Amino acid sequence: MRYNALQILKQGLTGHKGWKPAWRKAEPKFDYDIIIVGGGGHGLATAYYLAEKFEQKRIAVLEKGWIGGGNVGRNTTIIRSNYMLHENEGFYEFSLRLWEKQEKDLNYNTMVSQRGVLNLAHTDPQRDAYARRGNAMILNGADAKLLDVEGVRKLCPFLNFDNARFPIRGGLWQKRGGTVRHDAVAWGYARAADMRGVDIIENCEVTGFAIQSGICTGVQTTRGQIKAKKIGVAVAGSSSKVLTMAGMRLPMESHVLQAFVSEGLKPTLQGVITYGAGHFYVSQSDKGGLVFGGDIDGYNSYAQRGNLPVVEDVCEGGVSLMPMIGKARLLRMWGGNVDMSMDGSPIIDKTHIDGLYFNGGWCYGGFKATPASGYCFAELIATDSPNDTAKNFRMDRFSRGLMIDEKGQGCQPNLH
Amino acid sequence: MIINHPLFGPRDAAEFVYLGDASLMNRPDPKAEDAIQQFYEYMYLRDNPAGEHRELWFHEQGDRSWLIVTRNTFTHEITKVELARQS
Repeated sequence: MRYNALQILKQGLTGHKGWKPAWRKAEPKFDYDIIIVGGGGHGLATAYYLAEKFEQKRIAVLEKGWIGGGNVGRNTTIIRSNYMLHENEGFYEFSLRLWEKQEKDLNYNTMVSQRGVLNLAHTDPQRDAYARRGNAMILNGADAKLLDVEGVRKLCPFLNFDNARFPIRGGLWQKRGGTVRHDAVAWGYARAADMRGVDIIENCEVTGFAIQSGICTGVQTTRGQIKAKKIGVAVAGSSSKVLTMAGMRLPMESHVLQAFVSEGLKPTLQGVITYGAGHFYVSQSDKGGLVFGGDIDGYNSYAQRGNLPVVEDVCEGGVSLMPMIGKARLLRMWGGNVDMSMDGSPIIDKTHIDGLYFNGGWCYGGFKATPASGYCFAELIATDSPNDTAKNFRMDRFSRGLMIDEKGQGCQPNLH
Repeated sequence: MIINHPLFGPRDAAEFVYLGDASLMNRPDPKAEDAIQQFYEYMYLRDNPAGEHRELWFHEQGDRSWLIVTRNTFTHEITKVELARQS
């Protein structure tokens, strides 16, 4: 069923009795051409692009829980392409362009809202670094604008401009950045993939891989064995846990990242604001809640919940940047598991096992990458050669000294 | 989280700095034939278990000792704390 205004009118006049579930509850078959392990945003986008762009058939997505229950429904919904290194920036700009046409592609309202992303600078060197980053963005076809203090004041007059220690000196503004309704992204891809014949199998946890003489021929699951010619793993947060079953050790640690939402407030923030002196980023949802977050907790965790010192740290950052939110009450907070890779950049690559492909290591920036990650992973699985924008996200870059270290911090998973 | 320091008793985890897997104490031999491979694995690859994890914490706001903490990464429950220099 296609969604459109006429359909709403028709359903409205007939008591809304004709709406169907957005995707089928598929039962696992005995074998498939392609299995995607992980029904998060990236896995569903991969299945969608495999069917839509790369004309693959007989595809299944295996999800251990339910669609929308993992990181795709736990992030802070931000989209942007404001990276500096060319290995990253081309990819994220590709992603932003896919976001821009996502609603039409999927025939689903994912509430893509390009209300802008503002990175604040508090020192002269930081402003210079933003000028450099902005130039790198423009070279890769993205949009960027360096704002002076007056420019920032015009956008956000309520910020703490005259903080004695961290005065605001300017900012880097990406107008095309913004927010997207995150669980609608999962539902939209699930529905679009399902309409193209993909089996989305929920409550089906992979418990092992069938590997014979270096070739992966299927998976064992809680709902029986399933064979496949090709298997793509997109389970960021649990990548090590899943690929340990294929005998692999990965260049990453799993950490917990917390996110927060305040009570609903009147519309105040235009777009996304990031604090340049502490780790704090914030946007305002359509319901009015301030959605914000900061650093990871900093220790290995699969618990999907964090501890109080980081809550305090994030809230301190927020109040120091925007004193006016000091009296706003915190409504909810939660945590998500993230793959922290050793250079802060992702991996989309084949593994040393034939037929087994890997997508992970998204650190805490996976949501904005969802469409391009799906597209590039689908291209890799379908054609066995990488998409041009993702060709540097290689598994072996650590052993070859070709790290993509956006922050220049070296091998420190707990810093990124 | 509360870390039960062997000398000071229970301390807030916020006093500590986290480093990672305790196997980082076993630095490879730089003279080994396959030293490059060994250092690559030492630097970049991790077991990253979901469950019991032996890990290094540094008591920066205290006695500046290194501890080996055995903690469950699913529940954050700490079952054992040792001084790294005694292990």
